[in-house]
Amino acid sequence: MPLASYALGMMEASVYAPEVFARGLPSTLQSSAVGIVPTGSIADAAVPLLSLQGIGLSFGGVVALADIDLSVLSGEIRAIIGPNGAGKSSLINVISGVYRPGRGHVQLDGISYTQVPTQRLAHLGVARTFQNLALFKGLSVLDNVASGLAYKVRSNFAGQVLGIGRSRGERRDSLSRADQILEFLDLTAVRDRLAGTLPYGLQKRVELARALVAEPRLLLLDEPMAGMTASEKSEMAGFVRAARDRFATTVVLIEHDVGVVMGLSDRIAVLDYGRKIADATPDEVRNDQRVIDAYLGVASDNEDGAGI
Amino acid sequence: MTAITDEFSSAPVLPKWIAPVLLLAFAYGVVPLIGSSYLFEAILLPFLALSLAGVGLNILTGYAGQVSLGSAAFMAAGAFAAYNFYLRVEGLPLIGSIVLAGIVAAAIGIVFGLPSLRLKGFYLAVSTLAAQFFVQWALTKFSWFSNDSASGVIDAPKLLISGFAFDGAVGRYLFALTVVSILTFLAYRLVSSQTGRNFIAIRDNETAARIIGIPVLKTKLLAFAISSFIIGVAGVIWAFAYLRTVEPDGFDLDRSFQILFIIIIGGLASIRGAFFGAALIVVFPLALSRLGGFLLGDVFDSGVLDMSQRIVLGALIILFLILEPDGLVALWDRVRRRLLFAWQST
Ligand SMILES: Nc1ncnc2c1ncn2[C@@H]1O[C@H](COP(=O)(O)OP(=O)(O)OP(=O)(O)O)[C@@H](O)[C@H]1O
Ligand SMILES: [Mg+2]
Repeated sequence: MPLASYALGMMEASVYAPEVFARGLPSTLQSSAVGIVPTGSIADAAVPLLSLQGIGLSFGGVVALADIDLSVLSGEIRAIIGPNGAGKSSLINVISGVYRPGRGHVQLDGISYTQVPTQRLAHLGVARTFQNLALFKGLSVLDNVASGLAYKVRSNFAGQVLGIGRSRGERRDSLSRADQILEFLDLTAVRDRLAGTLPYGLQKRVELARALVAEPRLLLLDEPMAGMTASEKSEMAGFVRAARDRFATTVVLIEHDVGVVMGLSDRIAVLDYGRKIADATPDEVRNDQRVIDAYLGVASDNEDGAGI
Repeated sequence: MTAITDEFSSAPVLPKWIAPVLLLAFAYGVVPLIGSSYLFEAILLPFLALSLAGVGLNILTGYAGQVSLGSAAFMAAGAFAAYNFYLRVEGLPLIGSIVLAGIVAAAIGIVFGLPSLRLKGFYLAVSTLAAQFFVQWALTKFSWFSNDSASGVIDAPKLLISGFAFDGAVGRYLFALTVVSILTFLAYRLVSSQTGRNFIAIRDNETAARIIGIPVLKTKLLAFAISSFIIGVAGVIWAFAYLRTVEPDGFDLDRSFQILFIIIIGGLASIRGAFFGAALIVVFPLALSRLGGFLLGDVFDSGVLDMSQRIVLGALIILFLILEPDGLVALWDRVRRRLLFAWQST
C-alpha cells in the first residue's frame, strides 16, 4: 500500500468530513499507524491491520466474490458499498470465518488464514454485527452486552453454581464494563429489558454494544443502520465514529445509505457482482463513472435499506 | 428513541427467595402432617420425580435449545445404575450410588449428545431417539442389569441415609422432596450463571454465540451432561421412592414425550415451569378419570373412559397452548401481576 496515496486519501476524506478532522481524529490514525510499529519506519507504518488477497467464493454456480483484494489500515473507517447481492455480506462472513473462501486468504494482524477461526475471533480482537439481527432474544440487554465478554470467562460451571473461585469477580467485571458501554451508547434506560422486546433500531444499537464491549481492534458492521429513520441513522453514525475515536477501533462498514457512507468513511470499496470495481476516497468514488453506472446511479432505489 | 419506560419496573417486588422458602416450609412442615397416603403415593411422589426430570430436560431443551426425546432413557440409566452400584459396591452409601448414577446418565447423555454438534431441531430430536431405543434394548437384553431376576422386575433398596431410614409413604416423600429441592436449587443457580447465559445464547443464535467466543461445542455437551445427570437422578427417585421397583418398561418413549409435554405446558426455559407442568400432567388425568368415572361410569366401560380421557387431555393441551404458548408460568405471572395491581389500586 503506497503511503502517499493513503495520506492523500486521508486529507481528502477530511475535506469531505470536516467534523472528523475537527475532532482530531487523524491523530488516532497516526498514533495507531505509526506508534504500534516498533521500527518506526514509515513504510512499515502502513502495514494493514487486515488485508484480503485474491478472495474467491462461490455458492454452487453463483459467484459471490471474485478475486477480491482489500486492505484496511489501523484506525480507519472503511466502507464497503454495492448493490444488493454484490457480495458485501459474504465478504464480512469471509473475514469473520463464517464462510471459508474457495481461493485466497485473509491476513489479520500479519497472520495469514485460509479460513479465519471463528471460535477464536474474539481473542484475535475482532467483533462484528449482523445484517439480520442476531441478538440473544431471551437475555436482557445488559446480559446481551455482557455476553460480548464471554470469550474471557475462565471459571467453570461448578464454580459458577457454587459461587466460588473467580466466577464472582468475572461477573462483576463484565457487568461493570457492559454498563459503561450501555452508558456510552445511551442504552441505560433499557438495560434490564429483554432484548427481543426492543424496537428494531434499538436492537441494532444493542448489537453494536455487544460487539464494542470487548473493545475490539477490528469491528465489522454489516448494515448497522438498515431500516432506520434518517435521525436514527445519523445518531448511529455518530456512535460508530465515537466508538472509533474512543477505542481506536478500526471499522469495516457496510451501508447502503450513500450520504451516511460518504460522511463517515475514510475509504470506500465498491463491489458489484462479486468484483471490486472501485476502491478510493469518498470523493473519488462519488465521481467514478463505473460506480455511478453500477450503483450510485440507482442509489435512490437502494435507499431506506432495500437490501435488508 | 430512547424514551422507553420499563412498564414493570414500578411493581413492588418481594425478595425472590420468599416464595420458594414458604413453599418449602409448607412442604416439609405441613404436608406430612395432613397428607393422606393416597396423596403421597399417587400424586406427590410421581409429581416430584417428573418435576425433577422436567427441570433436567428444561436445561437442555428450554435453555440450551437442544430438543431431546431421550429423557426416559436417561431416567432408566439413572435408576438401573443406582441399583447396580448399590447392589455391587460393598459399603457404598445410597447417596454415593445416586451421585454415581447421575454421572453414568451424564456420560450416556454426552455420547448421545454428540450428534448435536452437527444436527439441529427435528433431526437432533430423531437422533436422541437412538438413546431411547438403545438404553431400553440394553436393559432388557442383558439380565445382568436386573441382577438376573427372572421377571426383570426388581425391588428397590430401602432408602437409608446415614442410618436414618426414610420409611413409608411420608418418609419416601421427604427423601424425594430433599433430593429434588437440592438439585432444583443448583439448577436455578446454573441457569442464572454465565454457563446458563451461554446456553441461552447458543439457543437464540448459535453463529453469534460462536463469534463472540462462547465455546459452542463444549457448552452443548455440558448441557447434555448436566441435563442427563438431573434426569438420571429423577429416574432414581421414580424407581426407588415412587414405584419401589426397578424395571425398564416404565421408561419408554411415552415417558420421554410426557416429560417434553411437561416443559412445554409448564413453560420452556423456566425452572418453575417444570413444576407447573408436572403438576398438571400428574393431577389432571387423575381428576379427569374421577370426574369421568363419576359422571359416566355407569354408561361406559373403563376402556372407553380411559380412551376418552386421553382425547380430552390432548384437546385441552392443544387448546391451552394456542391460548398461552408460553406455558403455565406465563399465565401464572400474568394472573399474579393482575392481582398485585388490583391490590395496589385499592
Ligand atoms: N449462504 C449462502 N448460500 C447461497 N448463496 C449465498 C449465500 N450467501 C450469499 N449467497 C449469494 O451470494 C451473493 C452475494 O450475497 P451477499 O449476501 O454477500 O450480498 P450483499 O452484498 O450482502 O447483498 P445485500 O445488500 O442484499 O445484503 C448473492 O447472490 C447471494 O444469493
Ligand atoms: Mg448483505
